[in-house]
Amino acid sequence: MGADLVQQIVIPTVQILIVILLLPLVIAYLQLVERKVLGFMQVRLAPRRVGWHGILQPIADAVKLLIKEDTVPEKADRFLFTLAPVVTVIPALAALAVIPIAGASFTLLGYQVKPWITDVNVAVLYLLAISSLGIYGIILGGWASNSKYSLLGALRSSAQMISYEVPLGFAIIGVLMLSGSASLVEIVNAQKTARIWYVLPQIVGFFCYFISAVAETNRVPFDLPEAEAELVAGFHTEYSGMKFAFFFLAEYTNMIVVSSIVTVLFFGGWLRPFPNVAALAWLENGWLFFVPLIAGASLGWLVDQKARTGLRFMFAGGLLGAAVGFGIASADVMGLASASVPYLSGAFWFFLKISFFLFMYIWFRGTYPRYRYDQLMALGWKWLLPLSILNVIGTGLAVLLFG
Amino acid sequence: MFRTEEMDINMGPQHPSTHGVLRLMLTLDGEEISDVRPVIGYLHRGVEKLSEHRTFPMIEPLTDRLDYVAAISENLGYCGAVERLLGVQPPPRAQHIRVILAELQRIASHLLWLGTHALDLGAMTVFFYTFREREMILDLFEAFCGARLTYNSMRIGGLYEDVPAGWLDRVRHFVTIFPSREKEYEDLLTVNRIFLGRTKGVGVLTPADAVALGASGPTLRASGVDYDVRRAQPYSSYDQFQFDVPLGTNGDTYDRYLVRMEEMRQSCRIVQQALDRLPEGEVRAKVAKYIKPPAGEVYHVVESPRGVQGFYIVSTGGEMPYRMRFRSPSFVNLQALPALCKGRLVADVVAIIGSIDIVLGDVDR
Repeated sequence: MGADLVQQIVIPTVQILIVILLLPLVIAYLQLVERKVLGFMQVRLAPRRVGWHGILQPIADAVKLLIKEDTVPEKADRFLFTLAPVVTVIPALAALAVIPIAGASFTLLGYQVKPWITDVNVAVLYLLAISSLGIYGIILGGWASNSKYSLLGALRSSAQMISYEVPLGFAIIGVLMLSGSASLVEIVNAQKTARIWYVLPQIVGFFCYFISAVAETNRVPFDLPEAEAELVAGFHTEYSGMKFAFFFLAEYTNMIVVSSIVTVLFFGGWLRPFPNVAALAWLENGWLFFVPLIAGASLGWLVDQKARTGLRFMFAGGLLGAAVGFGIASADVMGLASASVPYLSGAFWFFLKISFFLFMYIWFRGTYPRYRYDQLMALGWKWLLPLSILNVIGTGLAVLLFG
Repeated sequence: MFRTEEMDINMGPQHPSTHGVLRLMLTLDGEEISDVRPVIGYLHRGVEKLSEHRTFPMIEPLTDRLDYVAAISENLGYCGAVERLLGVQPPPRAQHIRVILAELQRIASHLLWLGTHALDLGAMTVFFYTFREREMILDLFEAFCGARLTYNSMRIGGLYEDVPAGWLDRVRHFVTIFPSREKEYEDLLTVNRIFLGRTKGVGVLTPADAVALGASGPTLRASGVDYDVRRAQPYSSYDQFQFDVPLGTNGDTYDRYLVRMEEMRQSCRIVQQALDRLPEGEVRAKVAKYIKPPAGEVYHVVESPRGVQGFYIVSTGGEMPYRMRFRSPSFVNLQALPALCKGRLVADVVAIIGSIDIVLGDVDR
């Protein structure tokens, strides 16, 4: 087996396997985090029974879904009914292929491993195309169920997806104009060269994109296709067991994909905050400092919860963690700081930013009521679309004039 | 070749947003409602007929099961009706405690309404906040009579017994903290753009229609009609308290929301006054052990959280009523639903059902 073959085929295959195998676990725990955060917002205790502080709850849920009876309605189209969840989940997973986690590649056993599966020069177009494929699964699922509630949910989601696809595309154009590339890696590199995150010049584009993306992932306040109060459960009313779990998996994968795209396009991907301030260059090794800080603070918070001592231990733990981190960084333990491992630092900032946007999703869910169908359409066509087109024109003029 | 047709869809009796076992047969033109036909009776227990075979004290537990989220109001109305038939006046202390209970019940009922209404509109957090406070009220009721939902707490002629020690202080604590808690719900909803969009101009009930349909309670007052039994025909000791009757202007879902929010504040005010002026003394008037009201009939109305709750009793002088009739506000208010929903969208149906605040136990009896 030639070295080239390993480089070209084996490494990407292993990466794909890692993503596919790890993602369900990540999503299961994302869901636990969602329940914990919502519980905190809603003055109640989130899951606590299965394992310590409910740490095994996602496993229990997964096992439950696996052994659930897998029912198919008598009058449903069996083939399409089974196909629909697959059609939904595959594009969601495929979208992850072009997401770059960090900037620098590293060598493992003599082979070069890149922190992305593939870097195509039309990645942005690929993402737009593949993410709009997921809608077929929802329409098929709603239609094949042969249930009126499912059909209504599916019709709503198709209208919603088509409406929000348009401003979504326009919102990205501003970034493409500034960076001059459609490759996600190049877009981040362009932000590095420009020494600024694109969220600042593209603030309008960012808002248009993020709102449209929340609508496209069918999350609160745009969760009309599965509006439980009106349509029972919308397009997945008739689904149970693993088929339902697939829809669920697709929804959360899409959330991760959207957060990643926002991070890459507007928030500098793996770049540290304030890439234009040289005085903050030490943030490049920020993970050495922040990881102990966050770990200390979380441990302290848990002690606080147990001992009912307000937030005292949280602050103490955070300070202690920060001190330990500072010590590691300045004493250069194991050469971690001076080696300046860029992929670790990049991955740290990338995941921190993604976590923030995932938190936004949960925050929305805890705060907002749901839009009505016509209001949703009005928002998409009357506000987001003109706004994103204006943004394109404005960016174009600015690029032309100040070049 | 291509044609459109209207779709019939069956909403309920098992549906998350019909607040019980209400069944709606909807005819949809796309997402637009062209017809609504409510089907009721899934919770019919024949309480009126059952009452004809129960002695007067035995009927009170049945009234708990009518409007089961506001059982105190039912108890109060029923006991008031029998007392009028008997010509008995409960002692002032009992009357004041009854008012405190009824107003706490109004707050608890409105909290349940607010939580579920917000949940129907997709805002799930409000539900947990309102249930936090509703829980405090239920704890108070539990301390008073041992039950949390169906209280059976009053007796003909007054109360079974006086409030337990320290109970009044707990009530006072609740009414002092409640306004700040209510502000938390308002922060989440009152000026929320999505909430405004979902409720303003949705399900407009004109004053003339409201009166013609016989609507009552907050549903009527949101349309701007000033009618509150507590003020129009004061019962218990409501004539001794100062309170405002909040009125709406547009009669839409948002006004019904505002009216109920203000009613909770006014209820707090009434409870505060009742606590301040609570007289000492007996809590039960002298009533014969076997209650046999003189032959005759009586119609007694109270303002339940949902509206005018009427009790019509015909007595032939025996220990059981000859005929018993309940006028339930939910049943009458539900009549407004088809008119309010026509031409609106599916999502508005759940908003409107939520805003007229029906309880199926009260509709079906």
